[in-house]
Amino acid sequence: MPGDASVIRVNNLCKTYPDGFEALKRINLDISEGEIFALLGPNGAGKTTLINIICGIVNASSGDVAVNGFDSVREFRQTRSLIGLVPQELTTETFESVWDTVAFSRGLFGKAPDPGHLEKVLKSLSLWDKKDNVIMSLSGGMKRRVLIAKALSHEPRILFLDEPTAGVDVELRQDMWEIVRELRKSGVTIILTTHYIEEAEQMADRIGVINHGEIILVQEKKQLMRELGKKQLILDLDAPLAAIPKELSTRNLEIGANDKELIYSYDTQAENTGITTLLGELREAGINFHDVKTTQSSLEEIFVDLVKRIK
Amino acid sequence: MNWYGIKSIYKFEMARTRRTLFQSIVSPVISTSLYFVVFGAAIGSRITEIDGVSYGSFIVPGLIMLSLLTESISNASFGIYFPRFSGTIYELLSAPVSVVEIVIGYVGAAATKSIILGGIILATANLFVDIQILHPYWMLLFLFLTAITFSLFGFILGVWADNWEKLAIVPTLVITPLTFLGGSFYSISMLPPVWQTITLFNPVVYLISGFRWSFYENADVSLALSLAMTGGFLVACILAVWWIFKTGYRLRI
Repeated sequence: MPGDASVIRVNNLCKTYPDGFEALKRINLDISEGEIFALLGPNGAGKTTLINIICGIVNASSGDVAVNGFDSVREFRQTRSLIGLVPQELTTETFESVWDTVAFSRGLFGKAPDPGHLEKVLKSLSLWDKKDNVIMSLSGGMKRRVLIAKALSHEPRILFLDEPTAGVDVELRQDMWEIVRELRKSGVTIILTTHYIEEAEQMADRIGVINHGEIILVQEKKQLMRELGKKQLILDLDAPLAAIPKELSTRNLEIGANDKELIYSYDTQAENTGITTLLGELREAGINFHDVKTTQSSLEEIFVDLVKRIK
Repeated sequence: MNWYGIKSIYKFEMARTRRTLFQSIVSPVISTSLYFVVFGAAIGSRITEIDGVSYGSFIVPGLIMLSLLTESISNASFGIYFPRFSGTIYELLSAPVSVVEIVIGYVGAAATKSIILGGIILATANLFVDIQILHPYWMLLFLFLTAITFSLFGFILGVWADNWEKLAIVPTLVITPLTFLGGSFYSISMLPPVWQTITLFNPVVYLISGFRWSFYENADVSLALSLAMTGGFLVACILAVWWIFKTGYRLRI
């Protein structure tokens, strides 16, 4: 991680909505300065509620949030001026021009006009040639870019991206992640939620998983992948195999597609993966193969597995 | 103070007026002209004078108040309701702007628009009748106080309303009738005694009376009472807005 100092500290945060729904249950979370933190969780897990409380949109029922050491309620000016938010919904103004809406956002966050900065932001998001267009005339993808431009207009040190790539084309996704990489290089802390877990896998330094309003785990991505990820050796068999031979039953083996694959799952952290021994045993059992490949479980599989386990 | 924040909200709201210039300016000019044709020409031929002022001139302060109240309410209520409706309120709530700054931005813009409108109506009326303003400072004071108070009221309405119907219902079913029945087009002394007493429960009477006094020194109630009632309503609106932001009512759940 780029820095160890907590730029966001969430302490015993609870949120119960007026209808009694408990959206967050004693959440504790530290986000380090300069990191990319991916918050994953199924729909209704509490991701957006957590983000909204940190940003000041929703009131917490109890607990507190500190941003850069400032309390998010008592010292809201200091905390909010540091944060940029790209919301999940495409909530843009309708009749304003792109330039006006982005300039509005910058002013709202207490920053003096800086046409040069706005131009840079709009150019980086391929919005410069649309700057005089009325927002309602833009496509969904373009509106998403406008939301990102608004969030970046006041040069935030912390950027929340709540499902930023939902419903956007491949080109924008790539552009956006490029911008995220650039922002990260300049020291901006990024907290993202996404349903495209491969994006989190590519981008994040740390992963937090939230479900039913509780943080299930927070871990460095690499460590998470190592600890919870399975590695598999897949053998393409010469002849179909109806059942695992008795002498190999203690091995972690399963039969794959069309009975012509034999899959061996092993722990990459273990001192001995057991692959050499297994290959010898297969030869002795008369099981021949003509190809070998290995796979590693994706973050998505780990996430699904984790959520299932909690259920 | 986040002055840039206030300026942004104010400019943003004023830009809406520029986009809807016809609706904002031309339509009140047409309405005012129609009022003069209908009330001034038709009724004015039967009621020539009220308290020594020609009927056409007498109705000018009431006409200005009518537009001031409805426009202040509709501008301010729409200003805050539309971001709630479209979801863009997230930005306002997540920005480093305080309650006072938000209110100055929205209410200031709504009040500015209605004051400009009041000036336009006054200028239009001047084309039809002779207008005297005996106490211009008092006139401006009532104009400002009423515009700010009713813009605050509109802001409250915009926060309270959770659909378009509710947003329209108060100006249409409450404010307009109260203004018409509040002595816009007549002196309440022309009413039977029972109705005079009932009319005194209408807060708009005090606004129109004070405003008209600043023009012609004619009033249905004393100047001090007019001022006190206007100030009282202003304080009530300020307290309501303070409560809204303190509790997060319909803004922050």
